[in-house]
Amino acid sequence: MNKVIDGEMGLDSFSFSSQNKDLAEVEIAKYPEGRKASAVMPLLELAQRQNGGWLSRAAMDYVAETLDMPFIKVYEVATFYTMYNLKKVGKFHVQVCTNLPCWLRGSDQVVDACKNQLNISFGETSEDAMFTLTEVECLGACVNAPMMQVNDDYYEDLNEVSTKSILSELASGNSPKPGSQIDRKSCEPIGGLTSLIQQSKEAIESK
Amino acid sequence: MPSIKINGRDIEVEEGLTVLQACEEAGVEIPRFCYHERLSIAGNCRMCLVEMEPSPKPIASCAMPINDGMVIHTDTDLVKKAREGVMEFLLINHPLDCPICDQGGECDLQDQAMGYGLDKSRFLESKRAVKNKYLGPLVSTIMTRCIHCTRCIRFAQEIAGVPELGATGRGENMEVGTYVEKALSSELSGNLVDLCPVGALTSKPYEFKARSWELVKTQSIDVFDAMGSNIRIDSRGSEVMRVLPRINNSINEEWISDKTRHACDGLGRQRLDRPYVRRNGKLEEESWDGVLSVIAEKMINTSPKRMAAIAGDLVDCESLVSLKDLMQTLGCNNLDCRQDSGAFGNPRSSYIFNSGIKGIDRADVILLIGCNPRWEAPVLNARIRKQYLNGAIIGVIGPEFDLTFPFEHLSPDLKEIKNMLEHPSEFSDKLAKARRPMLVLGSGALAREDGEAILGAARDLAERVNIVNSEWNGFNVLQRAASRVGGLDLGFVPKTNKDLGTREILRAAEKKEIDVIYLLGSDEIEMDRLGDAFVIYQGHHGDAGAHRADAILPGAAYTEKNGTYVNLEGRCQRALRAVFPPGEAKEDWAIIRALSERIGKKLPFDNLLQVRERMSEVNPIFSNVNKISEASWGEFGSRGEIKDSEFIQPIENFYMTDVISRASATMAECTEVALAKKEKAA
Amino acid sequence: MLKDNDRIFTNLYGHSERFLSGARLRGDWEGTGNLIKKGKESIINEIKESGLRGRGGAGFSTGLKWSFMPKDVGERPHYLVINADEGEPGTCKDREIMRHEPHKLLEGCLLAGFAMGAHVAYIYVRGEFYREIEVLQHAINEAYDADLIGDNACNSGWKFDVYVHRGSGAYICGEETALIESLEGKKGQPRLKPPFPANAGLYGCPTTVNNVESIAVVPEILRRGASWFSGLGRPNNTGTKLFNISGHVEQPCTVEEEMSIPLRELIEKHAGGVRGGWNNLLAVIPGGASVPVLPRKLCDNVLMDFDSLAEVKSGLGTAAVMVMDKSTDIVAAIARLSAFYKHESCGQCTPCREGTGWMYRMMERMVTGDAKIEEIDLLEEVTKQVEGHTICALGDAAAWPIQGLIRHFRPEMEDRISQFKSTKVA
Repeated sequence: MNKVIDGEMGLDSFSFSSQNKDLAEVEIAKYPEGRKASAVMPLLELAQRQNGGWLSRAAMDYVAETLDMPFIKVYEVATFYTMYNLKKVGKFHVQVCTNLPCWLRGSDQVVDACKNQLNISFGETSEDAMFTLTEVECLGACVNAPMMQVNDDYYEDLNEVSTKSILSELASGNSPKPGSQIDRKSCEPIGGLTSLIQQSKEAIESK
Repeated sequence: MPSIKINGRDIEVEEGLTVLQACEEAGVEIPRFCYHERLSIAGNCRMCLVEMEPSPKPIASCAMPINDGMVIHTDTDLVKKAREGVMEFLLINHPLDCPICDQGGECDLQDQAMGYGLDKSRFLESKRAVKNKYLGPLVSTIMTRCIHCTRCIRFAQEIAGVPELGATGRGENMEVGTYVEKALSSELSGNLVDLCPVGALTSKPYEFKARSWELVKTQSIDVFDAMGSNIRIDSRGSEVMRVLPRINNSINEEWISDKTRHACDGLGRQRLDRPYVRRNGKLEEESWDGVLSVIAEKMINTSPKRMAAIAGDLVDCESLVSLKDLMQTLGCNNLDCRQDSGAFGNPRSSYIFNSGIKGIDRADVILLIGCNPRWEAPVLNARIRKQYLNGAIIGVIGPEFDLTFPFEHLSPDLKEIKNMLEHPSEFSDKLAKARRPMLVLGSGALAREDGEAILGAARDLAERVNIVNSEWNGFNVLQRAASRVGGLDLGFVPKTNKDLGTREILRAAEKKEIDVIYLLGSDEIEMDRLGDAFVIYQGHHGDAGAHRADAILPGAAYTEKNGTYVNLEGRCQRALRAVFPPGEAKEDWAIIRALSERIGKKLPFDNLLQVRERMSEVNPIFSNVNKISEASWGEFGSRGEIKDSEFIQPIENFYMTDVISRASATMAECTEVALAKKEKAA
Repeated sequence: MLKDNDRIFTNLYGHSERFLSGARLRGDWEGTGNLIKKGKESIINEIKESGLRGRGGAGFSTGLKWSFMPKDVGERPHYLVINADEGEPGTCKDREIMRHEPHKLLEGCLLAGFAMGAHVAYIYVRGEFYREIEVLQHAINEAYDADLIGDNACNSGWKFDVYVHRGSGAYICGEETALIESLEGKKGQPRLKPPFPANAGLYGCPTTVNNVESIAVVPEILRRGASWFSGLGRPNNTGTKLFNISGHVEQPCTVEEEMSIPLRELIEKHAGGVRGGWNNLLAVIPGGASVPVLPRKLCDNVLMDFDSLAEVKSGLGTAAVMVMDKSTDIVAAIARLSAFYKHESCGQCTPCREGTGWMYRMMERMVTGDAKIEEIDLLEEVTKQVEGHTICALGDAAAWPIQGLIRHFRPEMEDRISQFKSTKVA
């Protein structure tokens, strides 16, 4: 999985769009002089977004050159962190958490729903290049388990039905509402507040 | 000095040591894999865990600085269990392929498993398999054996200055490599093999050739550059199987260049293993008796003024003093040990690396003039790099090269030396203000027609900016021929202005004013300028000199004779014979001694000891073996003009600089890879 | 039960405006300049006296940690780094602070930064929290615009900048020195200690890394006084705490409660109780994936604080309570965590790189029962071989859940093995 031949890695040239150049400047400016390498993660992310969701070798090399880093240091970073995709991903990157809190609350059903609906397994991309399905570790929304992340959004409190419906919506070009898929604002108890009751009442009234 | 207790024994140790180093000083052995005293501390293998009171957890001794009053235990159950545990973890995914592993018999993992390992495996899962990586023609990889100590990564980045190796991926999927397939672009890559504590990185040319225990090990001296790196020659029967570095902190620390290590396969190819004489334009095999007669007759019947001798770069001092004595006995002073005619002066300080190689470790500002140390002495270059990392400022006059460290490029033109003399510059200020400023003058600069002027200007600059004072001499000539300093020390040069040096010999030969030319291992001159002269070639390889020769005396390569070499810092060192010369070839001084007898001017020595006595008679430095003899400062060089001429890089291809490396298949492969890389870059 | 007016995170659920206008109504940024005027020593002492212990898992005294920073700023600048790389399975409290109470975090950054002589704070947020970062960044922009941070933060004369650094998916970056490495643009591999960050941290400069929650409670502590905070909970376990209750409960939720609340009360009051009732409880992992599991009998009376949980050989960790009812395959549950640690091991040091894989593979076999009974002992030995021998605490974190499993559920493991044997024979 580590060593990728040139053909798969994408040797086409890469450079930032002018907008991303500006964004890169903003990122680099966050760090002290002479510490440009600190911006490698944000720049790789910019490159990945510009490159359609994955990092080609050309993109990694470009980031290395931009930051005066040895190429290998950038490859090390790109292969260490899981959010960098080193091969192409679909338009929607569906990442299902199967860690303990999600598993306890039915992530298996969510996984099955994804696999059945998309007709792909973990690590695969659908033929129409719309979906890539990935199993991920805890995404930090455990009291809203089970959950999955699609691109930048979390979908929480899932079950088989809601999972399938989200995927269908995405497939048909709609934007399903992110967050909890049941009647819940965020991380409060489902059956009614056990704390901050007054505060929330006031808040709702003031709205 | 802090006092600590190790295993109940109080010891005083130097400030700033780590626990591991303190234990070593106390004679307590600490097993380790990732720790290497010349590399940064990684602390990742965890083999060196020891107990430190009152910590309930064992600590990594390689990374823990000592503190006064520390109490350390290395012999407790806690430590024993920790070591056994780590050893077991290292072994669970390590293949059991020792019988087919080149590291077998000299493997840290094998050795330490004997001491700290369990006798059977408790690991019932499948072992990890890792794809091998391509690192070029010298380093073979069997990555399944890798224990992730990262020594190779640290060496490449820190010592070699080519940050091309890394560990990609993470956890148990972490793999050491270049990620993108490529040969390492270092002239020091062979050292990775020595550093690898297991058989993950092994020597590609030596792969499956021999077992370490069947090799005869001979301590010797390298000749592929002028550093005099200390080496060990491992041979089996008549064959040199491999060359390894020996530790000498004053010279090569524990590194050697890839040429030093891997050109040895050239010793077995294109060898001159019998005498030849040219008859009717064709070289014919001849007996020793026959060839000596032919040569003796020629030399007896030629006027000494119409004879000359040039010595090559790999020649030992014994041969040099023998040939010099023979020629001078005949009345011929047309001698030169400088194939490139490089300028030098009297005193000796004009041609040596006065600060000593170790002096680099103290220099704070270094000016490189007309040299590419990366190719002319890669290990010395690594030492300059180390000093750069320690804060030294480096400036370069002359062409720009990738030296593996950044530098201020002051000017491509050597005239800048004069400019600096006349108009103090920003950099000459830095030199003047430095505590130990250093100047490194390349042999390529001195070999120019205006070499004398360059030498003189550099000398004046050295005085001007305090490079030379009563406590410090940072005036350094970077010689690149192993024979050069010894040759100059022995006076293997024209005796007076009227005598001819290489430049004049070639001119005279072109004009047919020279009838006999004795080439002692000299192959790097323009052979087509030798005119009609009768050319005697004494040496070990069928290269340019032998092709032009009329008579060939087969000599011994550096691994085949007991020889003396003086390195660039003026240190006299002895190389030892590892194997015998092939066929009828003989030790070189003995050939000359035999010839002298045939000529009727028998040299007054019969054995090596006597030759060496003669060397000491010529120059007392030869009695001072392994040490540097102080060289006094004086006037040298000329005040002439430094010309506009373009600087010519003396080394075009690092991997092929002499008859041995040109005969080496391994060096040919390295050349190809380097060329391909250059083309790709262009 | 904690009274609402003792709760710090009054917009925990995001019912009110999360940005500056709402934050100000909740009391954020009130008199911050005056708090700064009290001086560094006074702030550090107040935090020390409050008894606040780090909320990221290790529970080290926050005030004491700050006091390790050099007293005076020398040539090397001081840095405050906020650990918002929340990734401990079961843990989702910092997320709520960042998206619903971002100004508490920012105000805390200023006060903590000032107290330790830092002019810059980096907030290292896990990259997956894309939307949370949008909120946080907006709050930072607001704070700059209102001169709450910037060249003259809160009119105090103290220059203070706050930057968000996004992670990219690596649990290990929650380890403070791995986080620093990552912030420097490298792989997140923990550093050897010493030197400690307070001495040589980010860019080799004095650095303190604090958890989001630890910093976000600072302004309230300083405003209400150390004694208010230390009056909550038990001695050595003071204050309020965000608890995440997940798994087999009726109403999973995040709630701010008083430290030392009984586990059972916490679950029953706020999370609607265990699915099927307390008697249906099998086990609880009380502090995130890294702490050993507690069987039901230990859950009955244990208090949710550092000391009480340590007494039962577990830990408060991040106070992420994962509840498992009797339907749970406990071996599979712990095996899932072993898979997690194998996945997240950075690979740097031997025991963790090799041990997490070995433990995971043995655990996988324990799930099916394809093992020998003696292998349970071997497994335990392997956990001991990893524990305490690694560069960072991930090795321990990988070992402890398995040790907890063997300690409390060995009969279940043995049954599984016997069963496998008998079905194989049949």
